[in-house]
Amino acid sequence: MTASSTGPLLELDNVTISYQRRRDRVDAVRGVSLIIQPGEAYGLVGESGCGKSTLAMAVMRHLPRNGILSGGQVLFEDRDLFRLNQAELRRVRGGRIAMVYQNPESALNPTLKVGEQVAEVFRLHRALRHRPAAEAALDMLRKVRIAEPDRVVGLYPYQLSGGMRQRVVIAMALAADPALLVLDEPTTALDATVQADILDLFTDLRGEMKAAILFISHNLAVVQQVCDRIGVMYGGELIEQGTVAEVFKRPRHPYTAALFDCIPDFGVRKSDRRLAGIAGGVPDLAALGTACLYEPRCLISRQLCRVEHPDLMRAGSRHLSRCFFHAETPAPGAAARVRPEAVPVPDVTAGIPLLSLHGVGRRYGRAHILKDIDLEIAPGETFGLVGESGSGKSTLAKVISGLVPPSAGTVALAGERVAGQVGKRTGRQRRDVQMVFQTPDTTLNPRKKVASILGRAVRVLAGLGGKRKRDRSSALLGDVQLPVEMLRATPDRLSGGQRQRVAIARAFAGDPRLVILDEPTSALDVSVQASILNLLLDLQRESQAAYLFISHDLAVVRYLSDRIGVMYLGELVEVGPTERVFRPPFHPYTQALIAAVPRLGGAAPERPVSLDKPAPGPSERPEGCPFQTRCPRAYDRCRAEAPPWRDAGEGHMIRCWVALDALEASQSAALKPRRVQAPLPIGRRP
Amino acid sequence: MAVTLTEAGGRRRASRRGVVPLAVGLLMILVWVVTALGADWIAPYPPADIDFLAISQPPSPAHWFGTDQLGRDILSRVIHGGTYVLTIAPAATLLGLGLGAAIGLATAWFGSWFDEAVMRVLDAVMAFPIVILAMLALTFLGAGTGNVVLVIGLVFAPLIARTVRAAALVEARKEYVMAAQLRGEGSLHIMAMELLPNVRGPLIVEGTVRLGYAVFTSATLGFLGLGVQPPTPDWGLMVSENQALLTTAPWTVLFPALAIAWVVVAIGLAADGLKEYLEP
Repeated sequence: MTASSTGPLLELDNVTISYQRRRDRVDAVRGVSLIIQPGEAYGLVGESGCGKSTLAMAVMRHLPRNGILSGGQVLFEDRDLFRLNQAELRRVRGGRIAMVYQNPESALNPTLKVGEQVAEVFRLHRALRHRPAAEAALDMLRKVRIAEPDRVVGLYPYQLSGGMRQRVVIAMALAADPALLVLDEPTTALDATVQADILDLFTDLRGEMKAAILFISHNLAVVQQVCDRIGVMYGGELIEQGTVAEVFKRPRHPYTAALFDCIPDFGVRKSDRRLAGIAGGVPDLAALGTACLYEPRCLISRQLCRVEHPDLMRAGSRHLSRCFFHAETPAPGAAARVRPEAVPVPDVTAGIPLLSLHGVGRRYGRAHILKDIDLEIAPGETFGLVGESGSGKSTLAKVISGLVPPSAGTVALAGERVAGQVGKRTGRQRRDVQMVFQTPDTTLNPRKKVASILGRAVRVLAGLGGKRKRDRSSALLGDVQLPVEMLRATPDRLSGGQRQRVAIARAFAGDPRLVILDEPTSALDVSVQASILNLLLDLQRESQAAYLFISHDLAVVRYLSDRIGVMYLGELVEVGPTERVFRPPFHPYTQALIAAVPRLGGAAPERPVSLDKPAPGPSERPEGCPFQTRCPRAYDRCRAEAPPWRDAGEGHMIRCWVALDALEASQSAALKPRRVQAPLPIGRRP
Repeated sequence: MAVTLTEAGGRRRASRRGVVPLAVGLLMILVWVVTALGADWIAPYPPADIDFLAISQPPSPAHWFGTDQLGRDILSRVIHGGTYVLTIAPAATLLGLGLGAAIGLATAWFGSWFDEAVMRVLDAVMAFPIVILAMLALTFLGAGTGNVVLVIGLVFAPLIARTVRAAALVEARKEYVMAAQLRGEGSLHIMAMELLPNVRGPLIVEGTVRLGYAVFTSATLGFLGLGVQPPTPDWGLMVSENQALLTTAPWTVLFPALAIAWVVVAIGLAADGLKEYLEP
């Protein structure tokens, strides 16, 4: 280690970073000061556009070409990073400071074997020779708990799963024995189960390694699990900073408190409370006044906030807040309890189901993407579909909507069998099933104005023309709470949340009876997600439409859904009413999914089932139960025969060989310690 | 909820790169458009006027570009020649664009065996040099302005189709296309109304590039005697007619050749500029 006495490891002193644009300059980060001590883990959170990634790039002195450090300094081990020459900088980067990015695909060289890539770091930064470097690489892969490291060293990145790739990237970052590890959304691109494993790894590594961590994330729960201290950014400023315990227990800035309210806690249902979004949008960094940046959206703002910009002020012994009235910050949950949600409860058992699938399968060559799906959705019901990526959720959505014809089985709407291809369905059937997609960037035709996007949907789906078409388009826009002037806008003028609202309006143009929502909020910030979820609930109350809601976020699915289906390798493994599915007994796979949910407030839950092994691909489907290769409870029979559906009562079905009472007994025991901890600060005052 | 239209607006057309080459290229082309339109007034002599008293004259105040072996004024012929190039090349390019866009969109949208079959045929066609293909076709069809347009358009179509197909394949997988399918839109609507507007950028860029090649190809065909027929003052044809005089009266070849080069360079500049301007 170099001479980094007892001083701070990293010190940002009044850092301002500006981006030069054609005509003006925008300060993306303004006056941020923070200190990271050796060995400390500091979490930086905020929504998109708040400047957190820009700050991370500044710590690596890796700003984009048009970005400059226009004020302050970045001191690393008492040296000004922006005054180092190229050779010194190279030694610091990768040697003393290592970085892990969101996307492991682009961080690895696809043409080099994993072992060589890790060994290269040892050769470069630790001056090891060929053989010792290779051995050290193997050691490091062991340290990041990669399964079968001896085999993995000889593989190319494309042969690894996303989680394993990220482990390799982490191994490379740690290989140089850095003093600071910068993690920029390291788990955002991963499945929840994999994310949980990686977070566990960080927690463990913190015990073994002395590296400090700068952890950047939009996900509060994730940061909480790994970090000691947390900084919250808004509009390029640090607006709150404190220990994780303090900030999570009692946030001292209205924005932080509002962020907590946007997130559905694991366990909160739509019948419990309405989610609180944050009104308005992020400030325009090119046109800042003298007021508090958060003032336009703040629930407790006063005259002072409109005329004077607050400095960071002390709100506790180690707690800073950029709010004049930080003492009055509402406790999380206070705002949310104002409007409890009255939700209609659909009668699942009565009448003809709106949608019924029988033996639906879809294969490409030998690969079964979907296998033997039986499913019924009642009118007005919200059915949640969960599972890891690659489990077939989206393909099932496409089969139901007719975008992908099934290769086996039947799809029926209101008891009437429909064609597999949407083009062969009747107009009425097409009207009945509409979809909202995941990606706000591509869900709308970029060359069309909103008026034309909605107008076409109204004409085709509702059969209206002329003035009635225009009236209906305006009304739809009103239904999704967008101003009517937006009809003249093209999608590139809309924010992600606004685009998603237009997409929802489009889906509702013809009064559908089933709306398939395929990860509709995954690409959005939590504050926007909350308002979209609220919107969906409002629309459902008025339209009585049924929802098929697909998400990888169990908390969101649990919040919104009446019933839930769990998919694994293209098969349903568990179906039941939401509260039953989240209570033992559950399928071992469901148990693993639930255990992987990062929780706000509580300590990391004990995880009785870890899905460290990657799921087999659809073409290497195992014999017997699809989950048997990863199931900790699998026995001989699971490997030989497909498991039966077992009835756990109240419409709760589990597909497993293990007897339900045996499952329940062990799972209840595993859950006990977690239940006692009363982990959720949100919704109750400390 | 307060909603503003300005949020994401800053990104749009933030850069104006490519404006300079685009403007220079367009100006260089404009020179020929103006002279071609006003050829009858601008040209000092009628293009086919034979003057046996001024045969193979070098450039002089009376004949700025000199005269050819029949005593025709080269400047006047070059000015009139612009008319042919500037009608044949754009017409052929437009034909190629229309045909290519249709093929590209259809192969991208229908996919599977249709895509395979069409693209393999086009690959086979493209294996031949363009000029050879055009020569073959013109030998069958006979020379003439209309046929030159037709043939150049046809041989360009596969190239344009490939570009359009690649761009349309990307678009066809996007969610707004799925939304159109869920509405029950027909293939024609999806290709024309959803996909075409979104492959417009590559289509325009490809079009300008092809325009340059079309000038070149039409000149080449004129040179080979397969284009317009004498005594029409076509640039390619002029080069061809006078090539024997290259050593004794080089100006007879030089000026029409320079004119060809001028237009090709101008279109190339405009194409490059446009590409930079359109692409983010």
